[in-house]
Amino acid sequence: MRENTIAVQSNARDAAESGARAADYFALLKPRVMSLVVFTALTGMVLAPGELHPVLAAVAILCIAVGAGASGAINMWYDADIDADMKRTKNRPIPAGRVGANEALAFGAILAGGSVLVMGLAVNWVAAALLAFTIGFYVFVYTMWLKRRTPQNIVIGGAAGAFPPMVAWAAVTGDISLGGLALFAIIFMWTPPHFWSLALYRCGDYARVGVPMLPVVAGLRETRLQILIYSVLLVPITLLPWFMGMVSAVYGVMAAALGVVFLAGAVRVFHDGSEQQKPARQLFGFSILYLFLLFAVLLTEGLVGWT
Amino acid sequence: MPITEEHKKRRGRNIALALVLVGLVVLFFAITIVRLGGQG
Repeated sequence: MRENTIAVQSNARDAAESGARAADYFALLKPRVMSLVVFTALTGMVLAPGELHPVLAAVAILCIAVGAGASGAINMWYDADIDADMKRTKNRPIPAGRVGANEALAFGAILAGGSVLVMGLAVNWVAAALLAFTIGFYVFVYTMWLKRRTPQNIVIGGAAGAFPPMVAWAAVTGDISLGGLALFAIIFMWTPPHFWSLALYRCGDYARVGVPMLPVVAGLRETRLQILIYSVLLVPITLLPWFMGMVSAVYGVMAAALGVVFLAGAVRVFHDGSEQQKPARQLFGFSILYLFLLFAVLLTEGLVGWT
Repeated sequence: MPITEEHKKRRGRNIALALVLVGLVVLFFAITIVRLGGQG
């Protein structure tokens, strides 16, 4: 780890000399995570009761996207030492030496402050405070405190990824209400099976860099059991928007059907003992599609207004 | 003076920064109009 830190510092100096491309700064924002954040936030905004001027709605979504990106940049600054040692992350701009570590930190901090300030001035201060809390939660609670200390890192840290629809909801209503909490709960419960199925077949990487992901600390069997438990809890929670009357039975039926497929995947992971971890890879891939489809139906229902 | 790789990167960064600044000017103008119009 120490050698990596020195290498990252050396890369940072090199980056300052050679200069980064604009695309490298964009990569610091974790654009793929950002796109999911924008999508879930948009859904929260559409489902929230009330009116928001389209320009201010666009500003709110932009602020949430930039705030999420800023969190990603600060996360990459803090984790540059371990990123350099993992297959999935070693080509990120800092470990690859394309952007200096301090530059990335400054970039993230300015964007984080800017996004909160603009949200407060243009939209409302409840949404701004919630956005600031989300960024702070991801950076301080997940990245700096939990990630390297406990196998429950992504359970609690996953809350950071679940906040965006609540922030967008607050942008419209000016408060935190049950509808926003229901969307939060879906993403919160989805995160552990999603990340643990990835960790099942990447646990070698995490073990090498000392991140105590569940498979590393508790073993593969326990991780598979936990994936199954969280999946069983997730499916009824995805039905909450229907039970609460936010959307029609169309969503309810879709969520139940998708939930059955998700549960079947979790059961296959639970019974799998193979080296290749094929069911875990499949569940990880399906989990992304699953969340996307759930929110796509919620978004469509919000736009069409079937309820 | 020959155009080096570093010049190209710097030019790309400058263009990106210019676009971001123009975008912010347009954004703040639009926010101001909406807020002053009392529709926000």
